[in-house]
Amino acid sequence: MQAEVDFSHYLKGAGEGLVHLDLAVEGINCAGCMAKIERNLSSIPDVVSARVNLADSRLALEWRPGALDPALFVKRLAELGYKAHPFKRDDAENREAQRAQGLLRRLGVAAFAAMNVMMLSIPVWSGNVSDMLPEQRDFFHWLSALIVLPAAAYAAQPFFASAWSALRARGVNMDVPISIGIVLALAMSVVETISHAEHAYFDAAIMLIAFLLAGRYLDQNMRRRTRTFAGNLAALKAETATKFISFTEIKTVPAAAIRPGDIVLLRPGERCAVDGNVIEGRSEIDQSLITGETLPVSAAPGSAVFAGTLVRSGTLRVRAAAASENTLLAEISRLLDQALQARSRYLRLAERASRLYAPVVHAAAFLTMVGWLAYGATLHDSIVTAIAVLIITCPCALGLAIPAVQTVASGALFGSGVLLNAGDAIERIAEINRVIFDKTGTLTLPELDVANLANLPDNVVEIAGRLALSSRHPVAAAVARAAGATEPLTDIEEEPGQGVRGYHDGQPIRLGRPSFCNAENLANEMLSRDPEASIVAFSHGDATFVFAVRQQMRPDAAEIIANLNRLGIAVESVSGDREPAVRFAAGMLGIHEWRAEVSPVDKIARIEELARGGCKVLMVGGGLNDAPALAAAHASMSPVSATHMSQAVADAVFLGDCLAPVLMAVKVSRKALHLMRQNLWLDVIYNALAVPVAIAGLVTPLIAAAAMSGSSLLVMLNALRARAREAV
Amino acid sequence: MEVLVYLVPLALALGFLGLLGFLWSLKSGQYDDLDGAAWRAIADDEPVTDHGVSEWWK
Repeated sequence: MQAEVDFSHYLKGAGEGLVHLDLAVEGINCAGCMAKIERNLSSIPDVVSARVNLADSRLALEWRPGALDPALFVKRLAELGYKAHPFKRDDAENREAQRAQGLLRRLGVAAFAAMNVMMLSIPVWSGNVSDMLPEQRDFFHWLSALIVLPAAAYAAQPFFASAWSALRARGVNMDVPISIGIVLALAMSVVETISHAEHAYFDAAIMLIAFLLAGRYLDQNMRRRTRTFAGNLAALKAETATKFISFTEIKTVPAAAIRPGDIVLLRPGERCAVDGNVIEGRSEIDQSLITGETLPVSAAPGSAVFAGTLVRSGTLRVRAAAASENTLLAEISRLLDQALQARSRYLRLAERASRLYAPVVHAAAFLTMVGWLAYGATLHDSIVTAIAVLIITCPCALGLAIPAVQTVASGALFGSGVLLNAGDAIERIAEINRVIFDKTGTLTLPELDVANLANLPDNVVEIAGRLALSSRHPVAAAVARAAGATEPLTDIEEEPGQGVRGYHDGQPIRLGRPSFCNAENLANEMLSRDPEASIVAFSHGDATFVFAVRQQMRPDAAEIIANLNRLGIAVESVSGDREPAVRFAAGMLGIHEWRAEVSPVDKIARIEELARGGCKVLMVGGGLNDAPALAAAHASMSPVSATHMSQAVADAVFLGDCLAPVLMAVKVSRKALHLMRQNLWLDVIYNALAVPVAIAGLVTPLIAAAAMSGSSLLVMLNALRARAREAV
Repeated sequence: MEVLVYLVPLALALGFLGLLGFLWSLKSGQYDDLDGAAWRAIADDEPVTDHGVSEWWK
């Protein structure tokens, strides 16, 4: 039933009459794949270039428009064994990529300047102790100024811009002392050069800029990689919608191409890709990923459906709506805005450190100047010494201490399936002491599965699975999936709303509602044991069996919860689902505290109640009803199967069927926060040693340069420990 | 010591050339796929399918 995908949304002109298409390809992981794909696709006539990006798992194609159908590329890749899907870079990804490239360009300029200035500085340092002529020294200083001033004016712009916006908002961030340090060091060096003095700090200033830019670039690059990966995931989900292009004609288009007002067709077994309102048709729909409620509800003209809804029985026509038209969405958005405002008040460790740091350092510099003046030094000498204090304390290490750890830790998390959305996520996840899990789609897997498979005879499972292939009902589809069935039986009839029937080995077989298969007694017995399950009955001649289809627990959920408890983290479950279902799940996983039938408002209320009691809550959830709670919690994570809104709001998204990434995120974040603090202390120790030397007026440009690079290297090396084995 | 007047600008000019080279490589997207580039360098050449080249060295 793979319908034709409309590629026109993804094609773009590439100049010279060529057409460009980007594909996200699953499974490219070595040079062999790269060569195989490129060779195969370039051999297609009219294809001008096929280039794989191995780091991003993407393929860029350019060809001459005309006879070539883009679907051919996807087909060829499928033949080679790769699943590919077209995608379009979203704005967020473009922005991250541009920022990373901008930083790299500035880093290149700063590094060029730093290296060339070194060539001039080393002769001056050695000449100062031997026989350099003052004219030669001045010449070298002027040359340094010529290189460094324009380079610094260009390369340090990110710091100046960030400091300026912090100051305008009447705050202080790490970039304020950095900018002040750079500007004062450069200004003093120019003044000293004009007055033929011995010491100029051009080299230290530009080296500082280069070091800091290197840290920022690494950080930005990690963020770009995460964004790219998330973009691929979204593309490979291949969300499509069936859109009416006239009253009777339909076409499959990417979900991203649906505009408000478009009318979409939803068939049984399909997951809705848009938010909207039903205008025609009736069906049972499964909203569990949105509201947490596992029992299906009925949809009729006028009812709202949301992206992620599973259509169970009938066909629906839905008019896509702008987000604000739906009452639930509007309510959720309003709650979300409030919660996000509250969160933006969180003060990052770097900000807290710089709030403490900036006044102390600036006061020390000022006192140095006053002290030397009182001691009888000239105004010029006092100012020079004070600025030397600023330069030596200039937070090179401080500016690197946190981003370096963050880069390494987010790399480690990326490797274990956690994608970070927010820059300060690591710090906040590290501080949590309580985890609230949503039930549906978080503790349980989002897909339906057969719970009692082990209790059924193998041949029954096999035949039932093959029979189930003929039904589009999602519950039957779960039976087929669980049985691993691939060959449908022949001559099968479907009775709408009842089930499917046919013959096998000369005996009648039926699969469907319990009443359809004469299995009501068995079904009731099963329901009394597992109230949450949807029952699919199967009869073969006179023998009857029932399949209990439900969302299964994530395989390692109980173990992860036990591990979290062992770390001293309390675990509770708050769900929008009914009480028996939540009680059952909590009992199975050993969660002692749970709440059922909780509305989005009450979820926030619970989090706030805990926060008032001093708890820092990590909310893990994925439904639309969880989105405000995810934003309100101290930190939040959501599974990759979650609704778009929840994924966008959560601090981190985790991949796969296991809950292990949640535990990993907590462990790695805790270790990272520990290292960040350690780095800050290293910096304090360094300053405690260096500042007295600076106050005493003994600092030369050589000492400044050595101290600065020494402390930077120290914190960088310490940051690398976040990668060490024991973190895992 | 007058030699410095030539040598220093010369060194700077060479460095500047290097910087231009870096900026050019950045602009032409050579840092977009560091993993792939590492492998491309040691990948086998395209198998020669046209008769032209393969017969030439025989």
